[in-house]
Amino acid sequence: MELLNALVALANYVVIPAVAYGSQLALGALGVTLVYGILRFSNFAHGDTMAFGTTIAIFFTWAFQGLGVTLGPLPTALLALPLGIAGCALFVLGTDKVIYRFYRRQRAAPVILVIVSMGVMFVMNGVVRFMIGVDDQNFADGARFVIDARSFRDATGLDEPLVLRLPTLITLVTAAIAVALLFWFLNRTRTGKSMRAFSDNEDLALLSGINPERVVMVTWIIVAALATTAGVLYGLEKSFKPFVYFQLLLPIFASAIVGGLGNPVGAVVGGFVIAFSEVGITYAWKKVLEYLAPTEALEPSGLVQLLSTDYKFAVSFAILILVLLFRPTGLFKGQSV
Amino acid sequence: MSDPYGSRGNNDRSITKSNEPLGGVSGDIAGTGPAADGGAAASAAGTAFLAGEGMTGGYGRGADILHGCTVAVDRGRIAVIVGPNGAGKSTAMKAVFGMLTLRAGRVVIDGEDITHLSPQDRVAKGMAFVPQTSNIFPSMSVEENLEMGAFLRRDDIRGTMAQVYDLFPILKEKRRQNAGELSGGQRQQVAVGRALMTQPKVLMLDEPTAGVSPIVMDELFDRIIEVARTGVTILMVEQNARQALEIADIGYVLVQGANAHTGTGAELLADPVVRRTFLGG
Repeated sequence: MELLNALVALANYVVIPAVAYGSQLALGALGVTLVYGILRFSNFAHGDTMAFGTTIAIFFTWAFQGLGVTLGPLPTALLALPLGIAGCALFVLGTDKVIYRFYRRQRAAPVILVIVSMGVMFVMNGVVRFMIGVDDQNFADGARFVIDARSFRDATGLDEPLVLRLPTLITLVTAAIAVALLFWFLNRTRTGKSMRAFSDNEDLALLSGINPERVVMVTWIIVAALATTAGVLYGLEKSFKPFVYFQLLLPIFASAIVGGLGNPVGAVVGGFVIAFSEVGITYAWKKVLEYLAPTEALEPSGLVQLLSTDYKFAVSFAILILVLLFRPTGLFKGQSV
Repeated sequence: MSDPYGSRGNNDRSITKSNEPLGGVSGDIAGTGPAADGGAAASAAGTAFLAGEGMTGGYGRGADILHGCTVAVDRGRIAVIVGPNGAGKSTAMKAVFGMLTLRAGRVVIDGEDITHLSPQDRVAKGMAFVPQTSNIFPSMSVEENLEMGAFLRRDDIRGTMAQVYDLFPILKEKRRQNAGELSGGQRQQVAVGRALMTQPKVLMLDEPTAGVSPIVMDELFDRIIEVARTGVTILMVEQNARQALEIADIGYVLVQGANAHTGTGAELLADPVVRRTFLGG
């Protein structure tokens, strides 16, 4: 019984939140890793790309809600997601046409493109704030719980509650579908293979007749789709605030680098590594340890929280530094930074 | 911190940029062809299937590397370019493929002047190029490498793929394995196989045997002869001059970007001057 309670507490406070957060990071990191592998620069504007796509999706969500169009128990935002993706794709394609293409033609060094992407980041930052403001926006509707605390307790008789919120479940399912679609696309379709070829060996891809502009265009559309999906899921599960999305850049980059930049499998794994580390280190383990301790004397008196949640970004940062020091190509072989 | 892009691709003139020659290039270059032994090469170029005639030029805006260099090869024959280090062997081949700016001279395939075409357009004209390094997609499987070779083709590529597998049986065995995990010789087979997937009329190989063992080298040469027998014209740059000349229908010895000696492989191997200066006695 004690063990079961410990496991339930662990699932409720660590595993479920970390898996949801990890899925969101994985989608974000996939976008970063695709830009790095194919366009060959670290896209600092990625967090704000997520915010932009989410903003569009929120506007459409509100419009649908105003019109009385809903998905019943599911959040209306899922209906607005494709429109958010389309809006975001148009925006990043426009950015590419106006800005990045110029530097690509010059064959600019990656470090220059990084700085360019920072400029784009600041502009997108401003655009998003102009559109939706700086405040928290809550756009989740529909049912709230799949499993709520009371019914779980009544059903199992355990002391510890287990809560599974609907947005969390939607995050998991949507992320799984998105990742499966992406891998199918990259490994099975002609266009996807040509993107991998372009990422592998640009000159040889050109010799094989692969059209670079088309590869770049498809990449941006996929990046917009991943970023918007990640952003909407994060907003549904937590809340939407432009500054928070900008801050997500650090854990997202950490995920992509831990997994190995340019490697899509690595991005997914990296997302979960970062999420579990962050949640695990900032969680107060007192409750779980109390259940596990055989005698009262061994029960912890403190909270057993390694780091306050205020410092959660320090976790990503520390992991980032460690990986760059000891394994710069990441867990899966990516390109070294 | 190392620059991850330093080794990306060749450091030559970008193949992505259009191929606009600096000077006016016209067909009257034949008269200004190189003198001495090179003259024979220039006149032989007139009827050849593939010919770079009187090519002069260098990378970007740098100094000229080629000085009136001529290489030509008949349909289904093997031409080999040899010479000392820095003679411009690879440069001559890249010039034929349009990867550098020609200030004089022209490139002709099957009677058609292609001097102004970009490398990509030359691929569409039936030329295939196997670079010396970075000539595979390392994180893609062998089969995907071949598929990418045939990217421009919209027809059924399975027949061609079967031919490549017949030519290189080891590739069929390893077709699901990543090309980057193969040995040097096997990678070269992937590289040649990829180039063959476009069903080219001309196959250009830049030092195909660089860094492979002598046994593998012999095998690669055998395969190249087989490819030539199917009617594919072959232009090859080689460091292993003696072995390469043994299979050559025509050989070009380049020195300082110009033709020094031209002849059939056997003639060059028998030529005492060539033997003494380039083949080590």
